[in-house]
Amino acid sequence: MNLDAIYILWLREIKRFIRSKSRIIGSLAFPTLILIIIGTGLNSVFTMGKLSYIEFIAPGMIGMVLLFSSISFGIMVIWDRQFGFLKEMLVAPISRTSIVVGKALGGVTTSMFQALLFLIVCFAIGIKIPSPLMLLLLFLVMILIAVGFVLVGIAFSSRMKDFHGFSLIMNFVVMPIFFLSGAFFPLDKLPEWLKWFVYIDPLTYGVDALRFCMVNTSSFPIWINLLALIVFGLVATIIGTLLFKTTQL
Amino acid sequence: MSNPVIDLLDLKKYFKEVKAVDGVSLSINQGEIFGLLGPNGAGKTTILNILCTLLKPTSGNAIICGHDINKDKDAVRRCIGIVFQDPSLDDQLTAYENLDLHGRLYHIPKDKRKQKMEELLELVELSDKRNVMVKTFSGGMKRRLEIARGLLHQPEVLFLDEPTLGLDPQTRRHIWEYIEKLNRDTKVTIILTTHYMDEADVLCNRVAIIDRGKISAIDTSTQLKKQIGGEVISIKTEDEFHPDQPWIKNVNKHDGCINLTVEEADQKLSLLMNIAQEKKINIDSVTIHKPTLEDVFLHFTGKTIREEEANWADAVRTRRRSRSR
Repeated sequence: MNLDAIYILWLREIKRFIRSKSRIIGSLAFPTLILIIIGTGLNSVFTMGKLSYIEFIAPGMIGMVLLFSSISFGIMVIWDRQFGFLKEMLVAPISRTSIVVGKALGGVTTSMFQALLFLIVCFAIGIKIPSPLMLLLLFLVMILIAVGFVLVGIAFSSRMKDFHGFSLIMNFVVMPIFFLSGAFFPLDKLPEWLKWFVYIDPLTYGVDALRFCMVNTSSFPIWINLLALIVFGLVATIIGTLLFKTTQL
Repeated sequence: MSNPVIDLLDLKKYFKEVKAVDGVSLSINQGEIFGLLGPNGAGKTTILNILCTLLKPTSGNAIICGHDINKDKDAVRRCIGIVFQDPSLDDQLTAYENLDLHGRLYHIPKDKRKQKMEELLELVELSDKRNVMVKTFSGGMKRRLEIARGLLHQPEVLFLDEPTLGLDPQTRRHIWEYIEKLNRDTKVTIILTTHYMDEADVLCNRVAIIDRGKISAIDTSTQLKKQIGGEVISIKTEDEFHPDQPWIKNVNKHDGCINLTVEEADQKLSLLMNIAQEKKINIDSVTIHKPTLEDVFLHFTGKTIREEEANWADAVRTRRRSRSR
């Protein structure tokens, strides 16, 4: 491990992120639209205690921002490959693990930044976090989600040579993860067959934990959600790092 | 000049059935500018990628500055610098940021890093562009910045993969001057690959001619030319011309030209003309020139470098076509 190298690789990602402002705005526009239009539109047919539909899906939208920004960040490692910068990193006298750590920290930071911006949108529509402790727990959950999906993205990019596979991953990995996560619907009234898919989706536990922190409603106890997210983060880290270590030019 | 910094020992790299590098052994001395000359696809870049630890050789080994490329990758990486054929800069960072990033990846202490960066920006004449985003740079500027970056950690060996590919003649000459100056001032050993004959001729102390993954000849370019001996008479004719004289040292035919290698060409020329007249052969034109590396290449491989490349491009095209079917 080489801290200097990790720091500079992290800093590189931050600089690149700040320099692409359109990306930031673009990544926030879509969830904001869903939140306001779908949230308001379906409100009349939704009943769950005193929760409005817009409040119900707001945590799910945070999960979506984290999922999309984290996975697409990881997949951006393909850019490094295509524009040659990957070679510069690979011939440097630093371990591949340091490269993954630097990259992943950069991804988690930029992803968190976007999610926090979206959290401000959520505050604007009237969501209130009950206590500072709950806010800390919320940050922890967000970070766990980001770590897991950044490494899933890095894992994919370690085995992809170009962008042809990108839309495949969006359609067959990212979208199912998002739709199955319970961002749009409560989990308790689902048919049995769908439940199985929902339960193996790591984002389910993320969205449920976010909902617990933001609107004090959840399907699972918080410790189960945290445990699931930690296991997911660890497994993704191990697989992502191993795949990146054996990546070829 | 008998202090090898690089030793290649029967290096081989096979990609499935393709023998990209097929048993290359050579030694490169401290302070040399060494050229790997060959057409595209001859295996030059593969050799470089193996030497800079990006590819594992199928078999064989190489020792760089006393370190084994198979066993001691990090030590090898610390003592080499490399400028790849394709740019490998982050174009969303400035020139200065690219250098700084490199310096930190190689763990150069802050003061030294700053001082070296100033020095090198000066050397490649990019001091006034330091805070400009790399994506606005021209090809030549990028190449110069990459050379500066490759030197930042003061490597003992600098690899340059086709350093002037795709650059305009003026920038090429500029880069050649940099390379010579670098070698003179810093005593860094430079290994460059090229398919430009003039580049190898002007820059390199010694040249290895690489053809289909093997070394066909290795020496100084003067010695290589001497091996051909004498001068080359090129006769352009559409008829079959077989002068068959004992004083003709070598005959080569390609592209409607007959190349004869002879001593004292100016005297032999009139003899040749007489023979041609006797045999009623119609000669379009005749030129005499000292052997160039192009002739050396032709001599050792039986083809000019351009023909090799054309064939190779054809092969690739056929392969692609058959794959898409």
